[in-house]
Amino acid sequence: MNKTVNQKAWFLVLPVLILVAFSAVIPLMTVVNYSVQDSFGNNQFFWAGLEWFEKMLHDDRMWNALQRQLMFSGIILAIEVPLGVYVALNMPKSGFWASFCLVVMSLPLLIPWNVVGTIWQVFGRVDIGLLGYTLDKLGIDYNYTQDPFDAWVTIIAMDVWHWTSLVALLAYAGLKSIPDAYYQAAKIDQASRWAVFRYIELPKMMGVLMIAVLLRFMDSFMIYTEPFVVTGGGPGSTTTMLSIDLVKMALGQFDLGPAAAFSIMYFLVILAISWVFYTVMTNLDKKGM
Amino acid sequence: MARITLDNLAHSYLPNPKSEDDFALKELNHDWEDGAAYALLGSSGCGKSTLLNIISGLLHPSQGRILFNGEDVTQATTADRNIAQVFQFPVVYDTMTVRDNLSFPLRNRGEDPAYVAARVQEIATMIGMEAELDRKARGLTADAKQKISLGRGMVRKDVNALLFDEPLTVIDPHMKWELRTQLKKLHHDFGHTMIYVTHDQTEALTFADKVVVMYDGRVVQIGTPEELFERPAHTFVGYFIGSPGMNVIPAQVEGARAIVHGTELALPDGYGTITGKTAIGIRPEFARLSADAGLPVKVRRVEDVGRHKLVRAELFGQEINIVAGEDDQISPDMTRVWFDPAHVNVYADDWRVAPQGRAA
Repeated sequence: MNKTVNQKAWFLVLPVLILVAFSAVIPLMTVVNYSVQDSFGNNQFFWAGLEWFEKMLHDDRMWNALQRQLMFSGIILAIEVPLGVYVALNMPKSGFWASFCLVVMSLPLLIPWNVVGTIWQVFGRVDIGLLGYTLDKLGIDYNYTQDPFDAWVTIIAMDVWHWTSLVALLAYAGLKSIPDAYYQAAKIDQASRWAVFRYIELPKMMGVLMIAVLLRFMDSFMIYTEPFVVTGGGPGSTTTMLSIDLVKMALGQFDLGPAAAFSIMYFLVILAISWVFYTVMTNLDKKGM
Repeated sequence: MARITLDNLAHSYLPNPKSEDDFALKELNHDWEDGAAYALLGSSGCGKSTLLNIISGLLHPSQGRILFNGEDVTQATTADRNIAQVFQFPVVYDTMTVRDNLSFPLRNRGEDPAYVAARVQEIATMIGMEAELDRKARGLTADAKQKISLGRGMVRKDVNALLFDEPLTVIDPHMKWELRTQLKKLHHDFGHTMIYVTHDQTEALTFADKVVVMYDGRVVQIGTPEELFERPAHTFVGYFIGSPGMNVIPAQVEGARAIVHGTELALPDGYGTITGKTAIGIRPEFARLSADAGLPVKVRRVEDVGRHKLVRAELFGQEINIVAGEDDQISPDMTRVWFDPAHVNVYADDWRVAPQGRAA
């Protein structure tokens, strides 16, 4: 095949370049711009170099938030993934109840974040909330506004309630794609229920599960609205996740320089972890895990 | 190894079947003899796989019983029936090695590891995959995967029956022959009862001692390949077996005569009075073009198919096929077709009518 070289073809990518520039590159560069300057108001900026990055790297506040954030993502993944798979395995395969389950499970996914937060904020209140009131009457000492442990339990329960469906639906889609012959062959081979899960269902679900883990990780790592509505990051700063901390710093204290440096590092951490996920995923695929 | 008896068996996929049309498998009584090799032949959707799945216990019949050696197993699980089955599309455990795939059915039954290892080696040799034993099953080609499926089916020695559901569909032709030969050898060596579902007549005829032909949820004929060829019990068998299939020509039959569009044809046997839609069936192999004897035909086309010639002709407006020898001359004055009376079968409503005895 003879290919003609025509440099005008570059014009065809121009619209995309412009769009991406406005939607991503320019905002990001603004942040970069803030991160290397200092301002004392009056729209006067002074070059600060990497000072803010240095400062942030030695700041316990960011490290603590990062630690909480990792713990939060780790816990919800450890609960939502196995629970989602378990739910998917026990869902009806076809008929009215299959559709019913799908609709019911999609419901939490459709509720706006701050509504979810509000629901749980009320749900957990000791004076009027169903959960808080019941626990209190049962003699269990529960108060998410004062006890850090209770606050954590509440926001984790909330996230599990909100997002397990997503994992379950993805896993269910994976399960549905398994031809009947596999189950029949397993019966012929006298495979145990566990062996069917381990050697048929899990391998076939692996692809969608990886996507589910990646989605849930990224989403939970950037979580803001729900814990903010429920606990406001408290008691103290025990449920202050990275995003909450960042907003406090940028808008509450108006520390634009450190907040910008923080943002960039936050972005790089997500990018790095996602890259690791992606590499591991594609490698597993290639090796034929 | 077992004799498998089907007693009044029928199956419908509908919860409340009303008419006979609702049944995917119509009422059936049959004995599968211990140690025989059967081919279950029929076009797609005729109920072959349904029947197979009922025998292996993957499906529970709507009515009737299944007996293994006289013992009722209708409600028994697949595991209890101890049956091996190979499916049309390869089923392999992707994350296991080829070796683990082959040993899986044995290990699930708690066989001795030394025996398992030896047996897997044997099977691997049989399917020609010794070299691949330690690689993962994922990423193998479709026919390699199907060979593993076959191997898993054959790995147990003590099974009551071996069922194959069109297992060679995805295998390339050269390998097909080899595997079919291996299956025959396996049958010869161990004497398992084997049932082999296929829609390929060559496969059925070469593999089986007895061929069971199914049509529209019904078993229409069970017989040796010769019987199916010489005396098809149903026009479907005549049409399905043979290449090309039997010519079925509408005719009136009276005693030992058949009348085709006013032209009389002598039959070797008497048939009494037959009611219903009557027809005569003649295989292309037993029809001859001739210049003077027989019914008038118009030759449309002659195809040379290698070992013989295939004549497409028109008989009273109906297309018929005639097989002529490779060296036979076909000249323009051959305007008649002659049917060998010994090989003419008579059908009423598509079912073969047995002759009543030699005509005087």
